[in-house]
Amino acid sequence: MKKSLILIILLVILSLGIYGCGGDDSSKIKIGVIAELTGDVPAVGTSCKNAAEMAVQEINDAGGIQLGEKKYQVKLIIEDNAGKAEQSASSAQKLITQQKVTAIVGPNASRYALPAAEIAETSKTVLITPWSTAPKATLDSKTNVSKKYFFRACFIDPFQGGVLAKFTLDNLKLKKAAVLYDVASEYNKGIAEIFKDVYEKNGGKVVAFETYTTNDKDFSSQLTKIKQANPDVIFLPNYYSEVPLQIQQAKRLGIKAPFIGSDSWGSEELVKLCGADCNDYYFSTHYAADSASDTTKKFIANYKAKYGTTPDDVAALTYDSFGLLWQAIKTAGKNDRQAVRDALAKIPQYEGVTGNMQFKEGSGDPVKSAVILKIKDGKFTWFANAKP
Amino acid sequence: MAYIFQQSLNALQLGSIYALIALGYTMVYGILTMINFAHGDLFMAGAFFCFLIAVYLHLSFVPTLLLSMLGVAFLGVVIERFAYKPLRNAPRVSAIITALGVGLFLENFTLALSPYPKHIPQLLGNTTWTLGSLSISSLQILIIALSLVLMLILDFIVQRTKAGMAMRAISWDKTIVPLMGVSVDKIISLTFAIGTGLGGAAGVMYGLAYPIIDPYMGIMVGWKAFICAVVGGIGNIRGAMIGGFILGAVEIMVAAFLPSTYRDVVAFTLLLILLIVRPYGILGKPQPQKV
Repeated sequence: MKKSLILIILLVILSLGIYGCGGDDSSKIKIGVIAELTGDVPAVGTSCKNAAEMAVQEINDAGGIQLGEKKYQVKLIIEDNAGKAEQSASSAQKLITQQKVTAIVGPNASRYALPAAEIAETSKTVLITPWSTAPKATLDSKTNVSKKYFFRACFIDPFQGGVLAKFTLDNLKLKKAAVLYDVASEYNKGIAEIFKDVYEKNGGKVVAFETYTTNDKDFSSQLTKIKQANPDVIFLPNYYSEVPLQIQQAKRLGIKAPFIGSDSWGSEELVKLCGADCNDYYFSTHYAADSASDTTKKFIANYKAKYGTTPDDVAALTYDSFGLLWQAIKTAGKNDRQAVRDALAKIPQYEGVTGNMQFKEGSGDPVKSAVILKIKDGKFTWFANAKP
Repeated sequence: MAYIFQQSLNALQLGSIYALIALGYTMVYGILTMINFAHGDLFMAGAFFCFLIAVYLHLSFVPTLLLSMLGVAFLGVVIERFAYKPLRNAPRVSAIITALGVGLFLENFTLALSPYPKHIPQLLGNTTWTLGSLSISSLQILIIALSLVLMLILDFIVQRTKAGMAMRAISWDKTIVPLMGVSVDKIISLTFAIGTGLGGAAGVMYGLAYPIIDPYMGIMVGWKAFICAVVGGIGNIRGAMIGGFILGAVEIMVAAFLPSTYRDVVAFTLLLILLIVRPYGILGKPQPQKV
């Protein structure tokens, strides 16, 4: 008798708790973020989280989003994918089915964005990735047509790989390249292959095309082979946590050729880990903090005031993803997944902090320009623009 | 020719680090017939000790190495005392699961402190000598030489001292040894201290050679060193050293002469074939099942 009484009381308390939570949130728009807060690229996840919190705070301070008669506050739910593909998928599942979010921003690295995108697509929920540039991400794996619910705020690798190949040939005038890339990672592999393709079509020669797998620390064998091939330049389309090791080991082996990289270099952590070894090399990325428009300058100043560092490309792209999302929700006029998706797909162009983005009908990939940065005394400085 | 010599140097550097870690697996197995799967993470702890000591205490190379080894050895003894000793008479599976658990704890504990990869400052001036197209760095020489010295010291301890004799006796027959007045617990603690201390030394050297460290760095290296120990004949100390150098050489040479994408496939296929030919490892002896 006593036991069942306790049980009933417990049940009542529990159900009150659940009801309380549910009732409290109905007047809010919930947005999920999946970020790489731990794992192999934590600097990426932290930038994403910072920019997301800033974007949401700004809109809430302005009173929220006006939908019909009512103003809605935005609630941000952040999930850590721990730098794992399977946890990215389960985080997406959790946000969609348990937290019932309207849309998701993230994950950033392509190898995590792909599995999360599959879940979002089947659950008919919008997912915007700020930083995943692999072309495969927006295409359906079976039919190869564009996914309906997957969007991004960045350019894609066929464009970036081509920009880098042409920059090396035309601006640096280096005709013999070597490539070292992570064969187990979607992004690195994709961009390495595109670079090779465009570079050779335009008269260059790839003399060594070497691979390793994620978490390798010893590249001595591959680098010795590259040294033997005697290239003019070495392309490293790898993440900021690995590039310093590769450059330092290459220098120890007596390699004198310069290095170039892709947008995965663009974290301040790179300079911290690399020190003076990375000076005077070039990489392509999404925006340059030192040559910016007025909206961008305002964003950079606000971010600096809040977090004390210059926002990197992930932060800027995350901020733009939220900008796109606010516009879509306002146009949709209601807090509904399908309506938000339809409104987002109809945005023809958007002026963000990373420049102008144009969307083609039926595709989640924006057309936008890239910049080439040079690392000068440990600082990223603008060097050239590349138009689409 | 210079190319082959350069690649051999690379192989020696990688192999000596593998060998140092493999020793920890093999010593613990020899004495407890238990595989300490947390060993790879103790190796990671060695690299982090090195980072902490170098950055916050500003010590030079030799004290950093010694303190890191001591720190990891202490950690190893504590883990043995609190995690493995209560399970000494439990089924073998329980001990292995515990070891995996300890490894996960170490990884996630380090991760919780800070998830960012850390950069180990340069503790030693690094000079590179060039002979024709051959480049030899002082760091490379130091790693190879230091590993060899540590292995020689270990070989001396095991073969020539009383404690070493007790270790060999315990691995021979655990029930008779206490009757001879040897404290089994003390010898097991000593074994753990030496084995994990060597793992810590490997962590320091790895940190110097590849100066970016993260909490997950021990997983793959740990598995590879375990394979080295098995290939050399687990339980056999000289076998572990040979196994380490074999795996280092195979990994480097496969990448040197075949497309590097095939490295792991070819390397591990070769090791599998070796185990088919010699199932007990190179220096391992088949143990007849006692009934």
